[in-house]
Amino acid sequence: MAIKKIVAPLSHEEAKKLRAGDSCLFSGVIYTARDAAHKRLCELVAKGEKLPIDVNESVIYFVGPTPAKPGQAIGSAGPTTSYRMDAYSPTLISLGQTGMIGKGKRGPEVVEAMKKHGAVYFGAIGGLGALLSKCIKKAEIVAYEDLGAEAIRRLEVEDFPVVVVIDSEGNNLYESGRKEYLDSLK
Amino acid sequence: MREISTQTITETVKKLCIEANCHLTEDVKNCIRCKRDEEGWQGAKDILNRIIENFEIADKENQPVCQDTGVACVFLKIGQDVHVNGSITDAVNEGVRQGYGEGYLRKSVVRDPLDRVNTGDNTPAMIYYDLVEGDKMEITVAPKGFGSENMSKIAMLRPSDGVEGVRNFVLRAVEEAGPNPCPPIVVGVGVGGTFDKAAFLAKKALLRSLDERNEDPFYAKLEEELLEGINSLGIGPQGFGGRTTALAVNIEKFPTHIAGLPVAVNINCHVARHKSEVI
Repeated sequence: MAIKKIVAPLSHEEAKKLRAGDSCLFSGVIYTARDAAHKRLCELVAKGEKLPIDVNESVIYFVGPTPAKPGQAIGSAGPTTSYRMDAYSPTLISLGQTGMIGKGKRGPEVVEAMKKHGAVYFGAIGGLGALLSKCIKKAEIVAYEDLGAEAIRRLEVEDFPVVVVIDSEGNNLYESGRKEYLDSLK
Repeated sequence: MREISTQTITETVKKLCIEANCHLTEDVKNCIRCKRDEEGWQGAKDILNRIIENFEIADKENQPVCQDTGVACVFLKIGQDVHVNGSITDAVNEGVRQGYGEGYLRKSVVRDPLDRVNTGDNTPAMIYYDLVEGDKMEITVAPKGFGSENMSKIAMLRPSDGVEGVRNFVLRAVEEAGPNPCPPIVVGVGVGGTFDKAAFLAKKALLRSLDERNEDPFYAKLEEELLEGINSLGIGPQGFGGRTTALAVNIEKFPTHIAGLPVAVNINCHVARHKSEVI
């Protein structure tokens, strides 16, 4: 299957064209956030305050990298398990977030928000920290430096490999991929 | 009585923290290569190839294999004829502090499970002390990531549930975890003991080399059967479908009470890390 080149920020129009199972290479600007940063972002939303990043059409990568060694843009940087962000993702999707990169299952509340607003859940291969860091050309902390590995970073990525796990229609590669494999054995 | 200095303990722990995080052991690397060769589903094979490429980069560049460099689980086998000139616990934690600092490893420990403020140096380690005969000390550092740790489970089965109960519980734990713990996984199973002992046995099972089966033939066979059962679930590498859901199942057992059958499942990801040294 052809690999699609996609760009971040990701427009709603482009997001809606992607289908579960599509292999993609991401280039552009994405943001990192995991548990603690998501909590703070959603607390700001609840208070009606301004967020430290522009969420509209944003792609958020669920990752907490290792510290960069001298000469590196970033340390090892593979995805963390996404379901821990399920409590927060619907809020950010309702504000225009179009992409999430992580690994593992998502709850029905997230999938509903994705279908309603047109967002995509991408999977990166878990445990590929050393390899994936090569696709991150620049990293700078833009918020919550006190959180260390959990701070929000602005990443410039080039041909960062992902696969569409859940698309904006709710199709799910975890279900279809497993079924296709098991059917092939029959 | 043989004297071991706290400094030697600290230096050893520091070195093992860095080595374990950057270099997988040969048994794990060989097992992944072998499963890649056996995998018949192309998408799954491709993912296993990326996993191999990743640990080769980590080896070459002294880079952490995974960004989750874990909580440092440190297993000490302390000879009864060893004397240490200070606190063993402090010496281990100092080694973790130095290893995670100088090794550019991620600091992933919070000081309190509810206030969640990062300790900033990955301490404290989870330390297990075992007294053995002799005048040496064996130190094993096993950094444990939490994507897989979070998918672990324990049950207090009834004796009447028997081996079928154990089998079903292990398979259900892996099925429910699905793609979350970064398959292909290593499954540590603890059977027997008490509530806490079973969990400890499951963790200890993860330290065993992937090419060694339980020395009891009954349990060795059960390990093989469970691996076959898990690899028939279809979850596959990363949960996208395929045969290779698990690399190995390691079971550790212990005597238990007439009324109980505790079973614990501790899941590890394919970045199954542990390094040991005897001092």
